[in-house]
Amino acid sequence: MAEKSELQYTAEHEWVLVDGNVATVGITDFAAGKLGDIVFVDLPKVGDTVTEGKIVGEIESTKSVGELFAPVAGTVVESNDAVADSPELVNSDPFGEGWLVKIEFSELPSMLSLDEYTALTGE
Amino acid sequence: MSDESPSSASPADSSPAPVKYSPLHSIHEQLGAAFTDFAGWMMPVRYSSDLAEHHAVRTAAGIFDISHMAEIHVRGADAGAYLDFALAGKLSGIALAQAKYSLLLNEAGGIIDDLVTYRLADDHFLVVANAGNRFAAATALAERAEGFDVAVTDESDDYALIAVQGPVSRAILEATVGLSDFATPLDELKYYRETAATFNGTDLIIGRTGYTGEDGFELYIHVDAAAALWAALTVAGSPLGLVPAGLACRDTLRLEAGMPLYGHELSLTTFPVQAGLGRVVALSKEGDFVGRTAIEEGPDAGARVLVGLAAEGRRAGRADYLLFHGDKEVGVITSGALSPTLGHPIAMAYVDPDVSQVGTELHIDVRGSRIAASVVSLPFYKREA
Repeated sequence: MAEKSELQYTAEHEWVLVDGNVATVGITDFAAGKLGDIVFVDLPKVGDTVTEGKIVGEIESTKSVGELFAPVAGTVVESNDAVADSPELVNSDPFGEGWLVKIEFSELPSMLSLDEYTALTGE
Repeated sequence: MSDESPSSASPADSSPAPVKYSPLHSIHEQLGAAFTDFAGWMMPVRYSSDLAEHHAVRTAAGIFDISHMAEIHVRGADAGAYLDFALAGKLSGIALAQAKYSLLLNEAGGIIDDLVTYRLADDHFLVVANAGNRFAAATALAERAEGFDVAVTDESDDYALIAVQGPVSRAILEATVGLSDFATPLDELKYYRETAATFNGTDLIIGRTGYTGEDGFELYIHVDAAAALWAALTVAGSPLGLVPAGLACRDTLRLEAGMPLYGHELSLTTFPVQAGLGRVVALSKEGDFVGRTAIEEGPDAGARVLVGLAAEGRRAGRADYLLFHGDKEVGVITSGALSPTLGHPIAMAYVDPDVSQVGTELHIDVRGSRIAASVVSLPFYKREA
């Protein structure tokens, strides 16, 4: 699990960990808390081409449905099967075992720092 | 605590009325609750986890703050006859200390609110309305009192309402220090009955009622004594598995129990018979009641009816999702979730009568993909007797 300060964030409450040309993507603890108990995740498949800002998956809680946006354009190289089997990982460890997808990218858009993201959520 | 807003305020769902806080709000804050706006009230949506709270109610017990509910007293020599006219049920026929689920209808046969009414004395009833319908219900009840020897008073601001729900609820109440003077001992109190009692000298009403499908109690007490009662119940209940439970699990619990929620399954344009509540309307009672003419005519022949739906997998159909039979749109979901107890998606929906039979296979449009679902009988979950 990475330090929260090492991550980049989006206004859609996702976090991105950049390692070389691969971005690991998850949702923040703030987003997981707002959704409540997560009971289903629908993730893109390995090999899928994704477009920045487009919906690529869904995260459902007992109460509501959240959408997963691709924070970067590229190709999905890994999808977290553990989360598909145990969606509660997104609640229990959103920045670690609850990661969602890894996307290989060629260009990284500008995203939010932890401070900027924290200012956004007001927490 | 804070409460600003008596009956002069406008309905919470229209103009920006001030947010209302429960008399137990500071307790919820100390417990780390997440809050949600419910009918203008800032109420706990969850304390820890919706699922954990849901399971606790099914296996042990949960304590809920439902102080946003409205308490309207009806007192007077004509109280029974008045309620027979004002409501759809025959309230004059219930025994002392009995509770009855009923409907407040409009002239067109639509539902203004669904209510639970307790008979506290021969000439004294307590009508409990939904928070979101408080003013509509209080207004309609006041208007209908004309010509009857009754006083109808909205005393909601005086009451906190605490629900203890789950199989160990009775043991918790019996172990609660300060609860005493039961008019009827709890082991003799039947379901849908109430008893008077006191808590450290404060009078309260305890109904063996609830909205979870489990055994349980609802405790009506003056706002000033509510925090101490919550604390005493928690002390007694914690060793038995009692946890604080929020509105999120209350919704999945009532859905599993097949109980309607006003604004979802019930509305001003819903006829009781469409919602499976035909039995709640006492057409056989003597005299007129508001809505009788429209109810006797009934809804249009093709009017949709409420059914239960069950599906496989984990993707739930939710409120407003459309239903299809082949290519034909045949209905709409009013409430839906992945059932925490059953482990598969469940929903309540209004469908065309020709596809309402149990076993009919339909499809739910879940955000563009079709999910198979079967019509099943309600409730989805029934506790063991």
